[in-house]
Amino acid sequence: MNRRNFLKKSFLTAAVFATTTSLLVTPKKTFAAWPKKSFDITDLGESIKSVYGHNDTTETTKVKLKAPDIAENGAIVPINIKTSLKNVESIMLFIENNPQPLSSGYNLTSKAVPSIGTRVKMGKTSNVIAAVKSDGKVYTASKEVKVTIGGCGG
Amino acid sequence: MSTIKIRAKESNGVVTVKALMKHPMETGKRKDKKTGDNIPAHFIQEISGKANGSEVIVVHWGPAVSKNPYLTFAYNGSKGDKVELTWRDNKGNQDSKSVEVK
Repeated sequence: MNRRNFLKKSFLTAAVFATTTSLLVTPKKTFAAWPKKSFDITDLGESIKSVYGHNDTTETTKVKLKAPDIAENGAIVPINIKTSLKNVESIMLFIENNPQPLSSGYNLTSKAVPSIGTRVKMGKTSNVIAAVKSDGKVYTASKEVKVTIGGCGG
Repeated sequence: MSTIKIRAKESNGVVTVKALMKHPMETGKRKDKKTGDNIPAHFIQEISGKANGSEVIVVHWGPAVSKNPYLTFAYNGSKGDKVELTWRDNKGNQDSKSVEVK
């Protein structure tokens, strides 16, 4: 293969590659992409701020956070969050003493019922905070979960 | 074989979807015990849940979600709906599975 042909072909491959990847990474933009920045933050206050743009949260009993009092195994801590609040846009779960407090986020459409459950890892005893965004405001509920064996070490 | 186990059940107009995925969910902070090298992060970042083709929930997960993760969510729907779950991880792998609501 001579140089000219080689260059031509490599440009072509690059172009094809670029178009296919751009198709892959731009699905329907109904929700924001995975918020890498928020997941990287190591301070709880900063983490909440990066998700909502402010720290103005209200603690309420309308957000129900179900988590164990004592987690024997920090690698599997079952968490359930539900709320009686209306027009819920999202539910976020923060674990204060984890290396990165933001553990997961759930964006809900109008069809969804605000009730989610998952299992998370916890490095040590920590406050777990469930934050629900409803009608543009952020409501929270928190609970301390004691961890006897951490789930982040190897 | 699919990496997803999924069940969806309707009761009083609310469909509850329960799903279990098979995934290592590596945080990137653990070390290989033999070599001492960091095990690279490998975790599910995004899950989308659809009912009859329209989006119900979009989940963003960080590495703090447990290995072989579990997810439940609910929506207003009825028996016979087709629920589809798709996950995508930080390495670009993905899998999806659909199930009929019972």
